[in-house]
Order: sequence, then C-alpha cells, then structure tokens
Amino acid sequence: MSVEEKVKENPVEEFLRTDRLPHVWCQGCGIGTTVNCFARAVRKCGIPLEKLAIVSGICCTGRVAGYLKLDSFHVTHGRPIPFATGLKLANPELTVVVYSGDGDIAAIGGNHLINAARRNVDITVIMLNNFTYAMTGGQVTPTAPYESINTTAPYGAYEKPFNLPHLVASCGAVYVARWTAYHVVQLTKAMVEAMNKKGFSFIEVISPCPTIFLRRNRLGDAIAELKFYKEHSVIKHGADTSEVGWDETRPDEIIVGKFVDVERPDFIEAMNTHLSKRLGDKYVWWGKK
Amino acid sequence: MATAEKTKKKKFRGVVHVLPERCKGCRVCVEFCPTGAITMSDGFNSRGFHYPEFTYPEKCTGCELCGMYCPDFAIYGYREKIGEGE
Repeated sequence: MSVEEKVKENPVEEFLRTDRLPHVWCQGCGIGTTVNCFARAVRKCGIPLEKLAIVSGICCTGRVAGYLKLDSFHVTHGRPIPFATGLKLANPELTVVVYSGDGDIAAIGGNHLINAARRNVDITVIMLNNFTYAMTGGQVTPTAPYESINTTAPYGAYEKPFNLPHLVASCGAVYVARWTAYHVVQLTKAMVEAMNKKGFSFIEVISPCPTIFLRRNRLGDAIAELKFYKEHSVIKHGADTSEVGWDETRPDEIIVGKFVDVERPDFIEAMNTHLSKRLGDKYVWWGKK
Repeated sequence: MATAEKTKKKKFRGVVHVLPERCKGCRVCVEFCPTGAITMSDGFNSRGFHYPEFTYPEKCTGCELCGMYCPDFAIYGYREKIGEGE
C-alpha cells in the first residue's frame, strides 16, 4: 500500500486543536460536519487567521470555540452576540463570527439577536438548529416544532416555533440563508459569502441531534435524518421568508437556500456618517475610512 | 483488461485516509460515498467503535465528500496524480 504511506494531512487539521480531539459530540451529530464546512470556508474566504475571531455561547455548539484553533471566546449563556458586537466595535478590522446553537441564540439571547440585526452590526451569526436544548437534556426551545416530544413537553410541544430567517430578515439583516447538515458544499459557500459580506449575516443550519431530539421523537438515527433532509429539501433562493417556517415535526418540504442578500450601511458606517455630519471636523472617524 | 485501460487514461486517482482513533462509527461516510468505495471494517478502535475502511480504491474519484461529512474529522480524501512517486 504505497499510496497509504504517502499520507497528506487532513485539510482541516490546521484549524483544529487536535490535542482536544476526539470531541464530546455524539455519534452522528451534525455539529462536527458544520465545523468541517466552516474550516473549509475559512480556508477559501482568504481572511487571515489573526483577523478572525469566533465567539460561542453555552450549548453543544458552544464547544466549537474550544475546538477551533482561532481566536476563540466561550462566553456566558445567550450572550455571544453582545460580546461579538463589542469585539467588532472595539477592533473594526476583525471578522467576528458567532457560532452557537438555537437555545443560545434564539431563546436566551433572542433579544440580542434581533437588536444586532436591527443595528446591522458587521458580524456573521452561524446558528445551528437542532430543535432542542441538547446539552441540558432536551427541554423545549422556541424552535421546537409542533408536537415534538421533549423532556418538558412529554405530550408534545404546542407552541408556535420561531421562523428565524423571517425574524432576522424583518429586523434588517443583510444576508439570510438556511441550509441543512446534508448540504455541505452549499453551506461552505454560504459561510464564505456571509463572512465576506459587510453587515449582519445569519445562517441557520438544520442539524440532526441523534441522542436527544431524534431518539425521543423516534425518528431514527443521524443517517435517517440526513436522508430525510436529502429527500425533503427544496432549494428556493430568494424565497419569501414568511413561508419558510418549520411548523410540523416532519414537514413535507424543508425550504433551504439564500433568502436575503441586500446592501445596507452597517453600524460603524452609519455611526461615522451620522456623527461626522452632525459634528463636522470635531469628529474622529472610527475604523478604516 | 478493459478496466486497466480505463485507469490508464485517468490523470489522477482518489485516495482516502482514515484516522481510526477519532472515529465514532456513525457510518455517514459509508452511506454518502457516491461510488461506494468505503465500507465499515470488522475491527475496533480503542474505544470499541467500528471504523471505515478504504476497501475499493479503484472506485474512488477523490471527491472528498467523506471528509466534508465526517463529524469527527476522522476521514479525508484527496486526488493524487497517477504516476507520481512510482
């Protein structure tokens, strides 16, 4: 096996803290797949590693910050977006990526999400949606679909779940996309676009949680779920975001694609333009002109 | 004979490399390999999981989809020029 001996390195190896591997995520969990995509996106987008920072909150996905060999920050529950906002405003040259889960970003940090989208802070939010609080044992999140079984909803959830692409798009996000853990190539491309986009970019990644969500709802293992995504995903670029919500536990179609891609002045630019107009020469421009 | 001629025409071959100690045996690479070049091995790693094996190298196109799907960074592929190092 002369071929096997000529081992090249795993292309994502340089972005990982390999001394901490194997990681804590379960067998078949989609988070590792998205980290794979993210590492490839970082390589493709051409942003130097010293200008890239990643912020995670508390959740299974929050562990991403610990496994990536970048400037990474692991902050309190629900607060990665305020932390990232501060990081970006203090050092406008950084590209700041928030990588967290649905419980962290949509539930506990929901207020921060809508305000960051409204202000159009130049950060990228990658939100991994596994429909449950996986790390704490499967409580109901605001993204849990109708009639899905959770530990705090043993007879099924009956609240309307968030339609997050619609929420952030209506608040003024400039880039909104949704992909699943099955669409690895498209997801990588979306991550490159989002990181290079100026303004608040939001990517929702639908991902299997085999140990909590799939097991409690008797939906099979991770492979069954990925095959479900493969068969039921419909790519609709520029779709009306009010129609992309996921209401049932097993929808007939999962609408994925790039929903919003518009231009709008971001927070720092708006601040500079407004204050220099008001204060004239007294105002010192913040960041690159 | 026909297959040998076919492989001669190809400019590269796909190579898949597995790191068994990282594998958790989720079988995603085996299921989603477009050409079926990977199978699960009978062996175990030190934590008791079956890991994938690169059983059919002649089928591999080097698309690296296995590496993109792997949640555990335990498998990766690349394309190698034929004739290189031989």
